[in-house]
Amino acid sequence: MSEREIHGQAILQRLRSAAAELSRPVNFMEVCGTHTVSAFRTGLHSLTPANVKLLSGPGCPVCVTSQGDIDLFVGVASEPNVTLCTYGDMLRVPGASGNLEQARGRGAQVKVIYSTMDAVKLAAAEPERQVVLAAIGFETTTPPTAIAILEAQRLGLKNFSVLVSHKLVMPAIRALLDGGKVNLDGFMLPGHVSIIIGSDVYREIPEKYGLSCVVCGFEDIQMAEGLARLVELVRDGKRELVNLYPQAVTAGGNKGAQAVVDKVFEPADVGWRGVGVIPGSGLKLRPAYAAFDAMQRFGLKAVDVPEPAGCRCGEVITGLCTPVDCKLFGTVCTPINPIGPCMVSSEGTCQAWFKYNRGKGKSKVRNPKSESISNDEIQRGDARSLKRQDGEGVLA
Amino acid sequence: MTTNITDNLKRIALAHGGGGQLTDELLNTSVLPRLNNEILGELLDSGILPKQNGRIALTIDGYVVQPIKFPGGDIGRIAISGTVNDLAVSGATPLGIALSFILAEGLERSVLEEISDSIAATAREAGVKIVTGDTKVVGRGQADGIYITTAGVGVVPDGRELHPNRVQAGDVILINGPIADHGLAVMLARELPQVQSALRSDVAPLNGLIATVLDATDGVVFMRDATRGGLAGVGADLAARTGWHVTLNESDIPIRSETMHAAEMLGLDPLDVANEGKVVVVARAEAAEKVLAAMRRHPLGGDAKVIGTVESERDGVCELHTAMGGRRIVQKPYGEQLPRIC
Repeated sequence: MSEREIHGQAILQRLRSAAAELSRPVNFMEVCGTHTVSAFRTGLHSLTPANVKLLSGPGCPVCVTSQGDIDLFVGVASEPNVTLCTYGDMLRVPGASGNLEQARGRGAQVKVIYSTMDAVKLAAAEPERQVVLAAIGFETTTPPTAIAILEAQRLGLKNFSVLVSHKLVMPAIRALLDGGKVNLDGFMLPGHVSIIIGSDVYREIPEKYGLSCVVCGFEDIQMAEGLARLVELVRDGKRELVNLYPQAVTAGGNKGAQAVVDKVFEPADVGWRGVGVIPGSGLKLRPAYAAFDAMQRFGLKAVDVPEPAGCRCGEVITGLCTPVDCKLFGTVCTPINPIGPCMVSSEGTCQAWFKYNRGKGKSKVRNPKSESISNDEIQRGDARSLKRQDGEGVLA
Repeated sequence: MTTNITDNLKRIALAHGGGGQLTDELLNTSVLPRLNNEILGELLDSGILPKQNGRIALTIDGYVVQPIKFPGGDIGRIAISGTVNDLAVSGATPLGIALSFILAEGLERSVLEEISDSIAATAREAGVKIVTGDTKVVGRGQADGIYITTAGVGVVPDGRELHPNRVQAGDVILINGPIADHGLAVMLARELPQVQSALRSDVAPLNGLIATVLDATDGVVFMRDATRGGLAGVGADLAARTGWHVTLNESDIPIRSETMHAAEMLGLDPLDVANEGKVVVVARAEAAEKVLAAMRRHPLGGDAKVIGTVESERDGVCELHTAMGGRRIVQKPYGEQLPRIC
């Protein structure tokens, strides 16, 4: 075994020992789409002891974008003379009138970008077109949007605007905890977002809500260590914030990035898919930059659109149910034909379950509050033991 | 007048696809001298190949890669390698290639000549001839510059039967080298050209390596090249088609560190990424050593490894044993791979 593998086994042993000493089952939540996928891809779910659950929270920026916002993107893209620039993952998310990929098929100009500066460059190169940046993502992507706006201002661009749909992590965590519906013993906190915002913002979690939380990276060993630490903290009755990603995350975060965001944006009350409006959980442009607001430029109005019937993305992303609890999962709603964004996004909980966990079968978890549940086979994604307790097999 | 002649000399025009004198001139100047062999040189409506002993294998592929030149290769190299490899993994000795160009009006001649050079070099490397061809020209902006379609014909010797039906529990799965180089190199070149990286496509004809393997042992039962869909696609297909449970061991799957980092940066799973110089071999367990030794003797197989096993459960599932000792299902990727957002 390599040194790395030995280290990994030692951490797993710590996790197992600590879990064995717990007096009751525990639930933790991760709030980052990359953690959601990594927990499956690395096989961590299959190695997690039966009395420890790692739930997925609202960590996928695509999944938490409301249906109404999707419709705005599609609407703007369909305007004549507009090029909508978006991160690729948004292309297939369904709105009421189709998705961006379909709009592109009908002739809309939709360009996949990797950097917000691509949108600015495009606007500068094509002054006769209106270029709109679909600005989604958590705090990892807010500085790039702010910088793009400042650059557009510096260049005096009149044809660049932004549809702001950013979301903030801590307000969402706060809303989840204030809502009181989910039974949690701690949080696994996102690595990349924390590089920007710093770890101090999470102090509220142990200090006000009495829960431990751990900032960790995305590699297999880093996540295993995060989980082991969380279990140890609960076992020892501690309520602490621990930063296990100090090589990238500091207490105060990236001050320069925060300053740039603060210059361009202010907090706003915005709607999260399936959850509703969470105070201060999004961003809006400060008056000095209102000229770059695509909503104003195109006279758009935010519309409340009901979710598709039967879609439980909202409950999935708040840890209230698992994908297999949704009747549409794996039957009507699949990655080829997704109904909700959790299935479209490569970091969506539903797609992760479908892809790495075989797809069908019923979880016995109706509500994480219940402790008599034994869904570990399903959560572990162990193909060989994917059988329900009543003996029925689970097939693809 | 001078401008027209200069233009004709430098760029492809619609008339070059007309089958008339301009087409002849284009082919005689830019293409044929590079690809020429005694069969192609006849310039008849079909290339006539010599009589063969064995069954005829026929395959076809279209090549539309963007950008047409990328680190490690170009559309010409893929067009020959891909088709040669489809024949080789079927157990066929490649004999001849039929090649169709679809060129966009305005394409620079020099580009066509560079691609033809690459086609010729790759064909020489593979020991295969382009025996017949076709050229069409479409309007400016169509065809992304150049599309190539190649059909390949080969011969499978009597007694050689490579087929998923022959795969049994206990068989061993091998690969000739590191995964995901091609797809990531092309994606970076296309989407992030400003990013400097050491990534290079692995595109190469594998018929030489495969011949070495098949000469060394009778124990190979099935092979696939791991192109679109990556190793995940091959593993999932193998399990689904044969009905056996297939295990892949993550720690044994070779991958270059720069490739892994590029995949991590983009949020992509290397198992899903296309390869153009990798063959997945399924062999009887007792033949594994010989297969490995044969691959490692060949320049394109120096990093060959045993990466998995065909198990005795009949659930048709492909499962990865992760580096950390966990497990997760491997499925064919759904389609377009979209990098993550944040």
